[in-house]
Amino acid sequence: MSVEQLQQSPAWDDGAPGLGHVLTPGLDISHKVILYLEDISVSFDGFKALNKLSLAIDAGELRCIIGPNGAGKTTMMDVITGKTRPDSGTCFFGQTIDLTRMSEPEIAHAGIGRKFQKPTVFENHSVFVNLELAMRTDKRARTSLFARLDDDGRDRIADTLKLIRLDHEAGRLAGLLSHGQKQWLEIGMLLMQEPKLLLLDEPVAGMTDDETERTGELFKSLAGKHSLVVVEHDMAFIEQLGGKVTVLHEGSVLAEGDLATVQNDHRVIEVYLGR
Amino acid sequence: MRKPFTIRFLSAMPRSGWIAMAVFAAVTLVVMPALHLFAPADSAFYVSNYVITLGGKLMCYAIVAVAMDLIWGYAGILSLGHGVFFALGGYAFGMYLMREIGTDGSYHSTLPDFMVFLDWKELPWYWLGTDSIMWSLLLVLAVPALVAYVFGYFAFRSRIKGVYFSIITQALTFAAMLLFFRNETGFGGNNGFTDFKRILGYDITSPEMRATLFALSALALMLTLLLGRYLVTSKFGRILTAIRDAESRVMFIGYNPLHYKLFVWTLSAMLCAIAGALYVPQVGIINPGEMSPANSIEIAIWVAVGGRGTLIGPVIGAAIVNLAKSYFTVAFPEYWLFFLGALFVGVTLWLPQGVVGLWQRIRTARAA
Repeated sequence: MSVEQLQQSPAWDDGAPGLGHVLTPGLDISHKVILYLEDISVSFDGFKALNKLSLAIDAGELRCIIGPNGAGKTTMMDVITGKTRPDSGTCFFGQTIDLTRMSEPEIAHAGIGRKFQKPTVFENHSVFVNLELAMRTDKRARTSLFARLDDDGRDRIADTLKLIRLDHEAGRLAGLLSHGQKQWLEIGMLLMQEPKLLLLDEPVAGMTDDETERTGELFKSLAGKHSLVVVEHDMAFIEQLGGKVTVLHEGSVLAEGDLATVQNDHRVIEVYLGR
Repeated sequence: MRKPFTIRFLSAMPRSGWIAMAVFAAVTLVVMPALHLFAPADSAFYVSNYVITLGGKLMCYAIVAVAMDLIWGYAGILSLGHGVFFALGGYAFGMYLMREIGTDGSYHSTLPDFMVFLDWKELPWYWLGTDSIMWSLLLVLAVPALVAYVFGYFAFRSRIKGVYFSIITQALTFAAMLLFFRNETGFGGNNGFTDFKRILGYDITSPEMRATLFALSALALMLTLLLGRYLVTSKFGRILTAIRDAESRVMFIGYNPLHYKLFVWTLSAMLCAIAGALYVPQVGIINPGEMSPANSIEIAIWVAVGGRGTLIGPVIGAAIVNLAKSYFTVAFPEYWLFFLGALFVGVTLWLPQGVVGLWQRIRTARAA
C-alpha cells in the first residue's frame, strides 16, 4: 500500500468530527515529532530483541543511540525501515504514516534513509553510478527503462561527490574503495535520497580520526534540516555530535539525556561495567 | 540536452560492436542463404542442408543463452527451468504446423494424427484458431509470458532466491514435462508433434524455407542482442546488477526489486519462446523431452562456458557446447554426458568468467 493510499484509507478518515486535525499529504510533523515508536516488541525464537521499546525523535534532532551488544539497536532500525515487522507496538513516521504497514521501498520513498552497519555499496558499479542509483527520483521499473541522467542530476551528483570527498574517485569501482571511503560513499548515497530522517548504524566504524571528525561536522551541519539517528560505540564521536543520547538495554530504553547525565547514571554504569 | 532515442540506442554499443553485427548480418542474411540456394551441390561453396539446419539450431540456442544470461548473469537469478519456456514456444508454433498438415496425415483427417489415434472427434478448445499463423504466433509470446509472469510474481514476491529458486524452476519444468507426457493433455503425449509439412502453404523441407528460417533465426538473434545491449546499458540494467550484488540496499534506496525482476524474467521467457518457435520447424519435431530438467541445466552450462554477465559470451558458449555435442554424440555417444559434466566442473574451477573472461585475461596479459 502506498503512502497516499494509506493516508486516504478509511482507518484515517472515519468521519469522526472534532479531532481538530487536518490530514496533510506526505510527512506531517505538526507536533514537532518525526518518529514515534511505542511499545515495540520483537522476539526471535523466544529471545526478546525489543521489549516494549518506546522512543520519540523530534524533527531536526540529532539523536545518538548507545547500548551494549544485543541491546536491540540494529533490530530497532530494522523495524523502522520495514525489514522486520514488530510483534506488537506502533511505529509512526510523523503523525500519519504507519511504518509497520509499509514495505522497504515505500518507507524509503516516504523519506527514511538508512546506512547499514557493514557498508553496503554496489561494488561492481562506479562511485558515480552508486550515487546516480540512490538519487531521489521516480524509481519505478518502467521509468528506469528509458531514464537518462539530466544536467540537474549530474550537478547534484557532482556536489555530493565533493561533499564526501570522492570527486577524484567518481569513475572508480566502489568495490575498490577503502573501508572509510565506502562509509562515506554510503553516506553520500543516503544524502542523494534526500531523506527527512537518516538512520546511521555505526557510521564511523573503520574511519581514521580525521575522517571521523569530518563525519561529525557533516552530521551536525545536516541536523536541523534533517533528523538523524546515529547508533555508535565511539564515545568521542558522540561527544562531538553533542545531541541527546538514548541508552538501550535488553530491548528497551534504559536512560535518556545529554551524554554527561547518561554517563553518570548508575544503571548505565552497571550495564556497561557489570555489577 | 536530450538526445533523440535513435542516437541513444546507437551509442549503446561501440563501433566495433556494430561492425561485428553488420558482418554477422551479411553472412547470415545474405551469404549463407544465397550459397545454400544458388551454389551447385557439388561446389566447394555449397552450404548443405545439414549445415544450414545446424546453423539455425545453434542460433536458436544462442537466443536462449542470451535470455538466460539476462536473468542469471545480470540479475543473479539462476533459472534451471528455462527449457519450459523454449518448449512452450515450440509447442505453440507446433500447433500451427500440425494444423497446416491438413488432411495429408496418415489418417487423412482434419484432426492431427494423434487425436485420431486417441479417437477424439473434435479439437479441444485451446486448439481453436491455431490454424491461423498470427494467432499461433500470438500464443508463442503470450502463453510463456503468462506462465513466467504468474510464476515469477509469486516466487519473487515471496523473496525466494538463490538455490531455492533454482530448485523450484527445476520442479516447474519437470511438472510441465509430466503434464505434456500425458495423452489427455492434448499435445501428442510423449511423441509430441512431428511430420510437419508446410508453413503458409510452402513446403517446410524446401531449400527456400530452410534458408528463410535460417535467416529469421539470425535476425531474431541479432534483435535479441540489440535489445539485451540496450537493457544492460540502461539505468534499468544498472539496477539489475545492483539487485544481483546487494538486493536489500536496492530496497532501502527505494526500488522495488519485484518489478525489476519480474520484467526481466518475463522478457527472458518470451525470448526463449521465440527461439523455441523458430527451432521446431527447423528440426521438425517437438516433444516433452525438451522440458526435461537436464535440458534446462544444459542451458546454464552454455552460459557458464561462454561467460556470464557479457552478451557475446552466451552466444559463444551455446555454439561451443552444441558443436561439441554434435561431434561427441556421433563419435562417442556414451561419453557425451561425462564430457559435459567435466566441462562444467572445469569451467567453474578454472574459468569462472568463461571463454570471454579467458580472452580478456589474455588481452590484458599481452598489453602488460
